[in-house]
Amino acid sequence: MKFAHLTIAALLASTAATVAQAQDVPAPAPQQQPPQAQDQPLSVDVTNTAAKDLVIAIPAMPTSENVSTPAGPTDQLGAKLAQVVEDDLRNTGLFKTRGPSASRGIAYSEVTAPNYGSWNGNQAIIQGYVRANGNGSLTVGCYLYDVLLQSELVRQGFVVSPADWRRAAHKCADAVYSKLTGEGPYFDSQVVYVAETGPKNKRRKQLAIMDQDGANHRFLTNGQSIVLTPRMSPKQNAIVYMSYTQRKPAIYVYDMGTRENRLLVSNVSLSFAPRFSPDGRHVLFSMAQAGNTDIYRIASAGGEPQRLTNSPGIDTGGSYSPDGSKIVFESDRSGTQQLYVMNADGSNQHRISFGGGRYATPVWSPRGDLIAFTRTGGGAFRIGVMNPGGGGEKLLTNSWGDEAPSWSPNGRVLMFFRSAQGSGRPDLWSVDLTGTNARRIPTPLDGSDPSWGPIRP
Amino acid sequence: MSKITTGLVLGVALLATAGCAKKRDANTIPPAPSETGPVNPGEGDSDTVAAPINEQFRREVSSDTVHFAFDQYDIDPEARAILDSQAQWLNSHPNTRITIEGHCDERGTREYNLALGDRRANAAKNYLASRGISPARITTISYGKERPIALGSDDASWAQNRRAVTIVIS
Repeated sequence: MKFAHLTIAALLASTAATVAQAQDVPAPAPQQQPPQAQDQPLSVDVTNTAAKDLVIAIPAMPTSENVSTPAGPTDQLGAKLAQVVEDDLRNTGLFKTRGPSASRGIAYSEVTAPNYGSWNGNQAIIQGYVRANGNGSLTVGCYLYDVLLQSELVRQGFVVSPADWRRAAHKCADAVYSKLTGEGPYFDSQVVYVAETGPKNKRRKQLAIMDQDGANHRFLTNGQSIVLTPRMSPKQNAIVYMSYTQRKPAIYVYDMGTRENRLLVSNVSLSFAPRFSPDGRHVLFSMAQAGNTDIYRIASAGGEPQRLTNSPGIDTGGSYSPDGSKIVFESDRSGTQQLYVMNADGSNQHRISFGGGRYATPVWSPRGDLIAFTRTGGGAFRIGVMNPGGGGEKLLTNSWGDEAPSWSPNGRVLMFFRSAQGSGRPDLWSVDLTGTNARRIPTPLDGSDPSWGPIRP
Repeated sequence: MSKITTGLVLGVALLATAGCAKKRDANTIPPAPSETGPVNPGEGDSDTVAAPINEQFRREVSSDTVHFAFDQYDIDPEARAILDSQAQWLNSHPNTRITIEGHCDERGTREYNLALGDRRANAAKNYLASRGISPARITTISYGKERPIALGSDDASWAQNRRAVTIVIS
């Protein structure tokens, strides 16, 4: 597969001259003196998804000249771009959005000279434009304006190939989200997961990859073998996963470039639960020998595994801290599954979970401040978070079958799978770190074991 | 890939533009054929292939399956009696080889269940070895919770699914 070359010109407001030159957009109109109101600059409290006080209008993005492109004529592409931006922002649960079908159209000349008076009732407007370049690429401009203060908050331009037009919209939405919330971006990212069909006793499972919003979906394996627990590499050039190919359950690496699969751990009866190290150079995994399971580490290129735990219980589900210095994992050495933290070399193993029930599938937040997990007991599988030291536990979902959380690139949202009681059919879901805004992620088949990749470059 | 992908993307996007996001759920991309070869659902290469003599084995032993309590892997008296009958058959058919599959119910997490299934398969293997069956004739495989035999989400189904199954493979 060809990697997308997305050229991002992150254009700051302070370099207006360069912007106008590089993007050939109409120069910003002379700004009127913004009203000297007492109002604070626009911002959103990400811990309060119930508020939705901020109303954002996102009109269709006009084009300077209608040109036919592989992504469609530019005068239609503008509405689609605005729709993707609206979907991203609405799906956060933080904003009330008025997308291209609920906003009036704007002229190309308006993009950099907003008619603030016409946007009463909205706190912010996202205006953009789309233009086909001579070399076949597209330029998408992205501007965020504060309606009340009449000020420009974001000005960015993205140069993409037509096939990557949605990425330009995600980048625009990311820029707006980051500006308004102070959080890192996460919309321009992908998810690898297991797509499932068939009867409960004979599920057919395929690796699949898609954008975080479900678009650009494609299958990576054909379903001939059971595949489980894919994880995207930090550099997004490989996926490590477990497969039952030829009845030998083992860990494989799928190369996104060559589309080839490589057996990572050979000559053992069962290797599973792989996770990349933050630099992508190693893979943590579990190996069962004669009924005992321990955690090992192996170079991503293969080689001799290094043993990290040595307890008579089941040690599995290892996950690195973002700096690579520590590992959180689950072990039943105390009698039931609980969470433990150790140094990356296996030293200083200590338990961090002490609540009722069992704790499993720990994943360290990309921000380092939290560990997400599955907690089972009392007839429920629930997603929760706790501090790496073990305190501050908070359960985010309450369901019959929620399992295996994976963090968004900015550490604000968790994706997991929810199985239906009876049929066992799973779907992908996401939930905000606050425990609100639980949403099903659309997938063409059933879905489980999501792994949310990093923000794309 | 990029051409195909672009076409699919446009289809999705047009729907999304025309209506609300929900429309995308219903009209989303159909399962695409993979480039890696033909597929017959349910006829994959992951499942144990029994030898013809396995039918005879199943008729002549008291059961090919032993069961376990929730999150347990110890061989209880009922399982011992079943494994004793299997050991007797294996002793009288010394040229056969077996695989023991370890399985779990759906009330454990996926990765843990892979390890638990491995424990169950090995518990059965160790018992047969203690009854004189050479470990060299026995392979094990854990399916975790991936291959339930009972389809319900209730105690009776879960009890059936917590099992180790002996299959004669040659």
